[in-house]
Amino acid sequence: MTQPDSSIPADSQEIIVPDTDVIRFVRLRRLWEGLSVLFASKIAVAGLVIVLFWVGVAIFAPLLTPYSPLEQDWKHPNEGPSEAHLLGTDELGRDLWSRLIYGARVVLVVLPISENFWVPGGTAIWGVFVALVVGTTLGLISGYYGGWLDEITMRLLDAMMAIPIILLFLIIMTALGASAMNVVIAITIVGTPGIARLVRSLTLDIRTREYIRAAETRGESPWYIMFIEILPNARGPIIVDAMLRVGYAIFAMGTLGFLGLGMPPPSPDWGSMVAKGREFILQGSPWAALWPSLAIASLVVGLNLLADGLREESMRYQ
Amino acid sequence: MNRTTEEKTGDAVLDVNSLTIAYETRKGDVHAVRDVSFRVRQGETVGLVGESGCGKSTIAFGIVQFLGPNGKILNGQVLFQGNDLVGRSERELKRLRGDRISMVYQDPMQALNPAIRLGEQLMEVLTCHQDISQEEAWERSVAMLKRVYMPDPEDVMQRFMHQISGGQQQRVVIAMAMLNNPALLIMDEPTTALDVTVEAAVLDLLEELKQDFQTANIFITHNLGVVARVSDYLCVMYAGELVERGPIHDIFQNPRHPYTMGLLACVPRLGESKLDSVLHPIRGRVPSPAARPDNACVFAPRCDYATEECTKALPAMVEIDTGHLARCIYAKEIDTQPRTHRGRRRVAERKTAGPSTAETDGLLHLDQLKIYYPQESNSLVSMLGLGKKRYVRAVDDISVRLAKGRTLGVVGESGCGKSSLVKGIIGLEEITGGDIEFMGFDVTQPVRERDRKLIQEMQMVFQNPDSTLNPSYPVGKQIARPIRKFKTVPKHQVKDEVLRLLKAVRLGSAYYDRLPRQLSGGEKQRVGIARALASRPDLIICDEPVSALDVSVQAAVINLLLEIQKSFGASMIFIAHDLSVVRYFSDDIAVMYLGQVVEIGPAEAIYSPPYHPYTEALLSAVPIPDPDAEQKEIRLSGNVPSALDPPSGCRFHTRCPRRKEMLPDGGAVCETEVPPWQESGRHRILCHIPIETLRRLEPVVHQEVA
Repeated sequence: MTQPDSSIPADSQEIIVPDTDVIRFVRLRRLWEGLSVLFASKIAVAGLVIVLFWVGVAIFAPLLTPYSPLEQDWKHPNEGPSEAHLLGTDELGRDLWSRLIYGARVVLVVLPISENFWVPGGTAIWGVFVALVVGTTLGLISGYYGGWLDEITMRLLDAMMAIPIILLFLIIMTALGASAMNVVIAITIVGTPGIARLVRSLTLDIRTREYIRAAETRGESPWYIMFIEILPNARGPIIVDAMLRVGYAIFAMGTLGFLGLGMPPPSPDWGSMVAKGREFILQGSPWAALWPSLAIASLVVGLNLLADGLREESMRYQ
Repeated sequence: MNRTTEEKTGDAVLDVNSLTIAYETRKGDVHAVRDVSFRVRQGETVGLVGESGCGKSTIAFGIVQFLGPNGKILNGQVLFQGNDLVGRSERELKRLRGDRISMVYQDPMQALNPAIRLGEQLMEVLTCHQDISQEEAWERSVAMLKRVYMPDPEDVMQRFMHQISGGQQQRVVIAMAMLNNPALLIMDEPTTALDVTVEAAVLDLLEELKQDFQTANIFITHNLGVVARVSDYLCVMYAGELVERGPIHDIFQNPRHPYTMGLLACVPRLGESKLDSVLHPIRGRVPSPAARPDNACVFAPRCDYATEECTKALPAMVEIDTGHLARCIYAKEIDTQPRTHRGRRRVAERKTAGPSTAETDGLLHLDQLKIYYPQESNSLVSMLGLGKKRYVRAVDDISVRLAKGRTLGVVGESGCGKSSLVKGIIGLEEITGGDIEFMGFDVTQPVRERDRKLIQEMQMVFQNPDSTLNPSYPVGKQIARPIRKFKTVPKHQVKDEVLRLLKAVRLGSAYYDRLPRQLSGGEKQRVGIARALASRPDLIICDEPVSALDVSVQAAVINLLLEIQKSFGASMIFIAHDLSVVRYFSDDIAVMYLGQVVEIGPAEAIYSPPYHPYTEALLSAVPIPDPDAEQKEIRLSGNVPSALDPPSGCRFHTRCPRRKEMLPDGGAVCETEVPPWQESGRHRILCHIPIETLRRLEPVVHQEVA
């Protein structure tokens, strides 16, 4: 009782021998933790439901409507919702529900590269993805290297950000012509500066951490440090920002379509649907303009809710 | 510090009775402080010590009812001058706070408003609580600044906080707290953010103010040395409970609670070294507030004396002596001696010292190393590359030799170039001049241009446990990376090697898949050490590896580093600002001041005369965890001069307390001529004062040998 037992190793920890089941369990739980951040926020879940609804109808569009978006029903132009046409028809008698969900397809699910060839992923998503790749790379390089490189890159990007966004879109689209690929290019060019700035500011903070010093003392290459050590720790804000940006991109696509610079007609495009339908609002058939406007609004709001909910919840989580 | 231990109730300013504080969380109420009682009398300082997470600050905030929206007092009384503060209205409390009760916080940078002139902030304290004119407030503020020894108080009133140094900022905060002559002053780690020399001066000031104003003080700190210097009465906190309280001398000489003993046993005392004593860490860690048992001793899981009895009921406070109580059922029977520092002197088994220099080859050789940073200026002239370039001389002309298997300690105040020096060695900072020779190879180039084999031989352990590991990857992966990169073992054995390293730093294989955020500070630091060991380096550079850790964990990490050095045979460079830890850990020590080494030699030689005057001042400022230690009081005046424009001659001459008395003509030579190296064996001192004169200096600390 008087002398402590010195054979007990100081500060010993209970040692558990992990078998593979335990490890698998640990990984599953980690995934669950990530998802629970999402589900903990009602706002994020509401946003997610809206977004998933649109993604769902876009993916299964061919199964959800008997009409092709181009099929014209000459007998029933400009009609309201009816049994035959769920949401009504436009001035050429095309089914608005078909056009709406095929329009969502272009935005969210497929990127038509030529008439017969498309890649999965959606125009807005591809645009933001490419902007993310370019912007993140620029931001990492700027932030990590600093100095003249940083100065020059950031001033160039500042110059781009000085141009009003709509104007920039218009310039790019008139120069390149209206096509889905060119919309991707436009979204990339417009989105890059903002993403680069965000990533740069995150990098400036993260690169002062000691694990970056540790990597440097191991003689790691700058690319390893930027993409393996820094980038994963910046992912939270980047993901939130990307979601907001997809919302902006959808909005921009609508604007371009409205101005006649989006998908070439007659392909279903929300913006051009609004533009066409606009003429008939006062003639008693607001449907052609109403549905795509609601679609754009709900999708943008859904993405914003998702991003905000995630951001708040992950901040509380930390 | 000469006070009587008898219990008087007449002059009690604050009486805390069985205070229990809880925070509301999603999982229900969490008790942060349980059943704490103590009393503070006029003109007396009560120290509250304990590791982080023990509820010290919660008590401080609980006294002033400042617990935030989710904190609440569940039970107990806070009697301030006889009146219970619990349940008072916000308006009444506001009138008390800052007037009758003042607080001083850890970080003066956050206590002062950077956008308002200091004078205005000081005057506001007066005009807010008293009906006095601006002129009078001004005069009283100036008088108080004078009282806390601020140079040029009138001038300071006009300044903003960034225009004065950290120590001066804390003086202003203290002045602000004292302006209304409060009855109770609560200080929450007031000196933790300060350099040791500044800390010593602030502690002197607090002691003086206590005598003059007869304030009742509560002093919260984790540092036993500091608390020994300022307190009359001590409360030891553990996991939200008061485990021991009593007069300071009683507790330090005769601790009765195993936790108190543990705390005293795990800090090295100034002058102790790894050769003659062993640190005893406390195993495990402080349980989280939710995991604390209601009907057992909270310390039992970490206690070496615990028996089954301990887990049966919450122990009550046992009175050992008048005013000395401990919350342990064995308080009266425990044999304290073997574990406290008094008992652990002169251990039988000597740990092996590093081999002496004569026996082995040099490993690292610095020759007139210089690291300058160009000073960026925003003027147009310098942007165009014209005009004279100015340099911050972070490291200026340093020559050091480190032998294989030995440990070099580097000490000095912050801003003296310690970190720049190691960054230069490891290749993260470009070298302006001089040579670095490592294992016979020239390594003056930055790390990216170094050979992979050389990089592998030199690794680093970092200071901050929270940023030393990449939060995105599990522990195993982070340790595996250097193994894979340097191919120390074949690919299929990497995992085994990682597990071996985890075992070497006393972490089980269960840690392999954990993420850094699931680890405690000490565990993270261990993983950091394992990562540094993974490439099997010959030289490990430790940049303040324990300064961000709690004392009990600190001891465990120090022991681990020593053990690793013994089994892996690596040399180490050990940087720390804690002179006791450096002394304990190192074979040789270099004292740095303003980019230069001013004294270097075997550790034992540095800590006894002859001293460099700067070393002497540093040593006399070290807080010693023993209220009876007699320590010379040498306080440096002024701040460390700017490295942009270092003083001519001897760099220390502006603050040197010795040159006037020890040199003819008041040390005029120090101002003009660079001092010579004076040698006595391997011990070298950079000073004009002859080494014979320095040798006659008295030792800084008088310690009776037990």
